Amino acid sequence: MSETSLAQEFTKGLWKEIPPFRLVLGLCPTLAVTKAFGTGLGMGLALTFVLVCSNILVSALRKIIPSKVRVPCFIIIIATFVVIVELVMQAYTYPLFLTLGIFIPLIVVNCIVLGRAEAFASKTGLVASIADGLGMGIGFTISLSVLGSIREIFGAGTWNGVELFGPSFQPFTFMVEAPGAFVCLGLMLGIMNLVGKK
Amino acid sequence: MGDYILLAISAILVNNILLIQYLGNCPFLGTSKKMDTAVGMAMAVVFVLALAGIVTWIFEEVFLKPLGLEYIRTIVFILVIAALVQFVELFMKKSIPALYAGLGIFLPLITTNCAVMGVCLINVKEEYGFLEMLVSSIAYPIGFGLALILFAGLRERIIIGRVPTPMQDVAIGLVTAGFMSLSFLGFKGMI
Repeated sequence: MSETSLAQEFTKGLWKEIPPFRLVLGLCPTLAVTKAFGTGLGMGLALTFVLVCSNILVSALRKIIPSKVRVPCFIIIIATFVVIVELVMQAYTYPLFLTLGIFIPLIVVNCIVLGRAEAFASKTGLVASIADGLGMGIGFTISLSVLGSIREIFGAGTWNGVELFGPSFQPFTFMVEAPGAFVCLGLMLGIMNLVGKK
Repeated sequence: MGDYILLAISAILVNNILLIQYLGNCPFLGTSKKMDTAVGMAMAVVFVLALAGIVTWIFEEVFLKPLGLEYIRTIVFILVIAALVQFVELFMKKSIPALYAGLGIFLPLITTNCAVMGVCLINVKEEYGFLEMLVSSIAYPIGFGLALILFAGLRERIIIGRVPTPMQDVAIGLVTAGFMSLSFLGFKGMI
């Protein structure tokens, strides 16, 4: 695979097919963990790790796995890496582990990871799959961080825990509650469509 | 008895799995364009989730807890759910082909429906007893179905309306879901 197309595989995840906006997959963690910048970033990084590792393994084993049982095989591979992330986060970033709660084990059912394994890694070589996984993962991390920042700034008046406005600021609590997540994501999707059309 | 009713109401309305807990949003947006598919999806989820809740709970109590294997819970649960979904798919293909044709690709996606896995994990995390687990495994998907069907009704109307081009389809769907979620947030004071 040539240098240019490798770069393409990587960068398509950052803008052209950035999840979850261009590829409308993996909405649950997007909505649930973006109450603040930090949690969004943490979730994004955890997902990136799982995505890259599962892409590597799926791509490496693509000729061995029989196509009839491929989905269960992919799921086992993904679940293994999710367990690794879960244990590592429990050991080293315990507060984040508690905030993310059941959404860490739920990475296993995240459509992005399985979607990339099925649509890309199971058909493509190792290096391109790594590039794809990294690009998609970083794209997802950026989306989650941006969404988390917007919701945190408006909803709590802070960014990454730092107070931004004076004491007279009235937080727009709607944004950190469940409805704010849906509305904010919907509006961002609309803006992305508008920008993309030009 | 009162506790169980309270748990059911809390699972259906107050902590609605779709709109308040944010679980299962991919099929929520994917299958809500038409009322028929929404009803089919809702029924499939109720069926799969009730079964999956019972089976995963038994696995947890009989195998994982006594053997101290809680750390591989994620792998065990997803395998159990995947097998169950396969079973439901075969059953539906054989006995309700019309519904099978309608749901198409979304039935295998129940495996990757976070609502199913999520409720199984909630059951274990909250350390529910058998009856509580049963109530929650049935009440949560009913809440899912309720929200999905209500939303499908709204979405059928939205298609008729004039929506600005960039906001069409999923974007306006998410905003609508946001306002539905706002109304479900109103149930918070109930319990």
